[in-house]
Amino acid sequence: MNPDASPARTEAFARLVLPHLDAAYRLARWLLRDPDAAQDVVQDALVRAMTYFASFRGDNPRAWLLQIVRNTAWSRPRGPRLEALDDDAGASLIAPGPDPEAALAQTEAHSQLSRMMARLPAELRECLALRELEDMSYRDIAEVTGVPVGTVMSRLFRARKLLLGQAQGNPE
Amino acid sequence: MTDTCDDWGLLIQADLDGELDIATIARLARHIETCPACAGLQRDLLALSSRIRADVPRPTAPLALAASLRPPPSRRGWRPVLGGFATGAALAASLALFMLTPRPDPDADIVAGHIRALQPGHLMDVVSTDSHTVKPWFDGRIDFAPDVRDFATAGFPLIGGRLDYLGGRVVAALVYRHAQHPIDLYVWPATGTAAPVVSSAKGYAVARWTAGGMAYTAISDINPADLQEFARIWAMR
Ligand SMILES: [Zn+2]
Repeated sequence: MNPDASPARTEAFARLVLPHLDAAYRLARWLLRDPDAAQDVVQDALVRAMTYFASFRGDNPRAWLLQIVRNTAWSRPRGPRLEALDDDAGASLIAPGPDPEAALAQTEAHSQLSRMMARLPAELRECLALRELEDMSYRDIAEVTGVPVGTVMSRLFRARKLLLGQAQGNPE
Repeated sequence: MTDTCDDWGLLIQADLDGELDIATIARLARHIETCPACAGLQRDLLALSSRIRADVPRPTAPLALAASLRPPPSRRGWRPVLGGFATGAALAASLALFMLTPRPDPDADIVAGHIRALQPGHLMDVVSTDSHTVKPWFDGRIDFAPDVRDFATAGFPLIGGRLDYLGGRVVAALVYRHAQHPIDLYVWPATGTAAPVVSSAKGYAVARWTAGGMAYTAISDINPADLQEFARIWAMR
């Protein structure tokens, strides 16, 4: 399948990529708003990443992996689109807790803001999620999303203004 | 906001995102002092960011995803899911799998406490740069007496204190400032001695040490080297 994949290289791949698996999965979830589809996309992205790994020379494996995940998600026929979003999109982003009752209470508290974020246009919510939830720099977000830093800044600003506008209309 | 303020929006945002240089931060601060609209925007953006970071969940990857990188334990003739994946990688992957299993996060409370404190009006219960004012404030409020010191001359002025709740107990929180960034220093009784160790949690630098019958945990968004220096000064006093 991949004749030049030596054990040393595959091990290097695992060491490099696995610490960023959670971030990869979260990005896919924000883009697809569906846990199963997100898992599929990350699985596909890992295969692609393994294929491109030989040519990886950078010093930023997280941005590299997230860029592959992002492109994999966007190239899906049923991937992110600019469209009206359904109300349950945010709820699917909430991870179930070990205790159903606690999970429910957590869901109540978390759902409003998550839902508002999930309803943002895809190119805005990916920027916001990478900034606020993965704590990435503008430069890294630009690398992942393939746009100039200035575009990242204006997308973040639009995303935040939208959330603030909605938050004002929807006080806690 | 007036038209002339439109340009400041992106700078206010960049400041909160830690992307501005010192000179622009100073220019921005001067504008905000005289512009209520921009001051309001700064407040709103900060509150939004804190809420997202505190409230929006960050789920971890399903174990199946990590497990797909390693062979099933009891089957022979395993073929790797990913092309060319060999046993070395499978070993590394199962180590990673171990690291991915949910476990209590000792930093979660600390980070949550710090973020909570960053909300407007929540940073301090006693506001004073005078350690002789801050120290007595804790008397009668908690069952131990934290050592309260000011390190203004070293660039870490004390600005106040408050009570906080960490790991099931009430702790003293001393608040310092370094280059406009707050540092929370949590203090509670503990035995033993341990030199400062700096790590990072969710984008914050965290320093821990134990000395003189107290455990110390400092957290801030300053760079880890600066927090290391803060911890060093504290621990060697
Ligand atoms: Zn202004």
